[in-house]
Amino acid sequence: MTNLLEVKDLTMRFGGLLAVNGVSLSVKEKQIVSVIGPNGAGKTTVFNCISGFYIPTGGDVVFQGRPMQGKPGHLIAREGMVRTFQNVRLFKEMTVIENLLVAQHMHAEHNLLKGFFLTPGYRKKEKELMDRAAHWLDRVGLLEFANREAGNLAYGQQRRLEIARCMVTEPKLLMLDEPAAGLNPNETKELDELIMHLRDDHGVSVMLIEHDMGLVMGISDHIVVINQGAPLASGTPAEIQANPDVIKAYLGED
Amino acid sequence: MQSRFTSALFAALLTLLLGSLLLGVTMVSEGIDLVLELSEPHKIYGLIIGAALVFIIQYFKQEVGAVTTRLRGDGSFEMPAFIRTPKQQRLWGFMAVGALLIFPFVSSRGAVDIATLTLIYVMLGLGLNIVVGLAGLLDLGYVGFYAVGAYSYALLNFYFGLSFWVALPIAGLLAALFGFILGFPVLRLRGDYLAIVTLGFGEIIRILLNNWTDLTGGPNGIARIPKPDLFGLEFNRRASEGGQTFHEFFGIPYSSEYKVIFLYLLAFALVLLTLYVINRLIRMPIGRAWEALREDEIACRALGLNPTVIKLTAFTIGASFAGFAGSFFAARQGFISPESFTFIESAIILAIVVLGGMGSQLGIILAAMAMTILPEMAREFDEYRMLLFGLMMVLMMIWRPQGLLPMKRPHLELKRD
Repeated sequence: MTNLLEVKDLTMRFGGLLAVNGVSLSVKEKQIVSVIGPNGAGKTTVFNCISGFYIPTGGDVVFQGRPMQGKPGHLIAREGMVRTFQNVRLFKEMTVIENLLVAQHMHAEHNLLKGFFLTPGYRKKEKELMDRAAHWLDRVGLLEFANREAGNLAYGQQRRLEIARCMVTEPKLLMLDEPAAGLNPNETKELDELIMHLRDDHGVSVMLIEHDMGLVMGISDHIVVINQGAPLASGTPAEIQANPDVIKAYLGED
Repeated sequence: MQSRFTSALFAALLTLLLGSLLLGVTMVSEGIDLVLELSEPHKIYGLIIGAALVFIIQYFKQEVGAVTTRLRGDGSFEMPAFIRTPKQQRLWGFMAVGALLIFPFVSSRGAVDIATLTLIYVMLGLGLNIVVGLAGLLDLGYVGFYAVGAYSYALLNFYFGLSFWVALPIAGLLAALFGFILGFPVLRLRGDYLAIVTLGFGEIIRILLNNWTDLTGGPNGIARIPKPDLFGLEFNRRASEGGQTFHEFFGIPYSSEYKVIFLYLLAFALVLLTLYVINRLIRMPIGRAWEALREDEIACRALGLNPTVIKLTAFTIGASFAGFAGSFFAARQGFISPESFTFIESAIILAIVVLGGMGSQLGIILAAMAMTILPEMAREFDEYRMLLFGLMMVLMMIWRPQGLLPMKRPHLELKRD
């Protein structure tokens, strides 16, 4: 199986601070890869470098065989690599359904004249967007809230909406930055099922930053551990759980 | 209770102190000396009444606060029962259009004139609303595009003899071009910084028009800009060379009112067109992208939307409406000078957008009416009228910070399967 995403020797330097130092990882198709590490280890910085929100100081990011480093974030997203953020970043004053319509901007009809005169082609395109949005709302159980303002949803619902908003763009790789943060155990279990379902039924690969070890160990195919910006270990959940270095980094030396 | 009384008394005394320096004494020259004298009794009385008012309001602050919170409501606004369904709304819309079409034929010339001015501000408010209300980019130099539109028509007519109808689209395009040019340097800016740069841009345009005397006539402006014609029919008393006048064509006696009514109807048509275009735009992908940009630029990028393009389209399309409004303004006034495009104009247009409720089109129309008609009605207060105006804005922002009619989200029907 080929690697969907291949990251080699990723380095990010902010002035004198080496935030990421030589991190390598790869994501195969239909694989769930988790990035874990103590707070401030540089996990989100790795995400930001891969998704084009930072321009990495060094290293290679190859997605579907094409180099991505240095490309702006929106172009990388269009290639099929879509991410969420640690804190929920919904379009709060827009309705739930509008959030999903905006996300499909790339699939929408952009010809202004067609829009002004409501040509059949334009109507068809808009209907496709609506149908896809409705489909995903149904999947994450938010269909009844379609016309509610996104900011008024409960926190767990906002998290689910964020994932639905990524999925309507039809990504190949979904990058979730701490999706379980602030969720109760029940909601975390639902999230677990949702991520498995996305992988199994929709064929997306998932990259995950997460602190909830139960979730990480349960669903990951592969885990990468980062400590103080540098790679510490990588392997299957069982290997990571048995790795003395990882235990030391998390719990400190005795 | 005690502290309530002291703080109210303190506020009242402070008012008295500050007020007496400003209003209570006047400087009179005696020979080469200036001496201070007490003002006329009515000013002193006014001062005392003012201080008493401050005392009462401060003393009953909690009670006043309770009233204002009730007035403010929870931010939501429901249309009255008879205009709630889309069908009823359309009916009321048609009735409003009908009433506004009949209006110039049944009212005085002065009223029609003010109405025309109001329509210009409606157009400007709707255009700026794209940039500020929808895309969330604070633009304090919108008047610059208005000036570009006005001078486009005036100069194209002066140098090349282009008629209003030819110049109108060109003015829109030129203003759009300037919007595009302004868009580039401010792409990386947000909030306060953006506001300052746009403010500077508006001033640059005005100062340029003021100083490029060879081209624009400088502070003297451009005079004798012809009025628009109706399919070649002019509204003057006498036809220009090779032209024909409206009253001769229809064989009716000349009246200067035809011109005023025609200008009103023309402005009304332009506003309707603007409303239609913007209404379509906000329901199209581009309009949704504008709002998404206002809400969260980073999330936009993560979803593959290009913030650069979205910002540029907002500036460009917003500016083009100012261009149309500007060329109409030039045609209506017949004379323009840089004086018409000072910062205060930008501020008024922005106030219309904010008072109306960001993003809400009906709100903007109401606010534009309030901002142009109220100052006219309050003319008898002469210099105090601007004071009243300011007071009204302060009170509005305290009571209804969300504007007259906050924007309502469109309700989208989903097919349930």
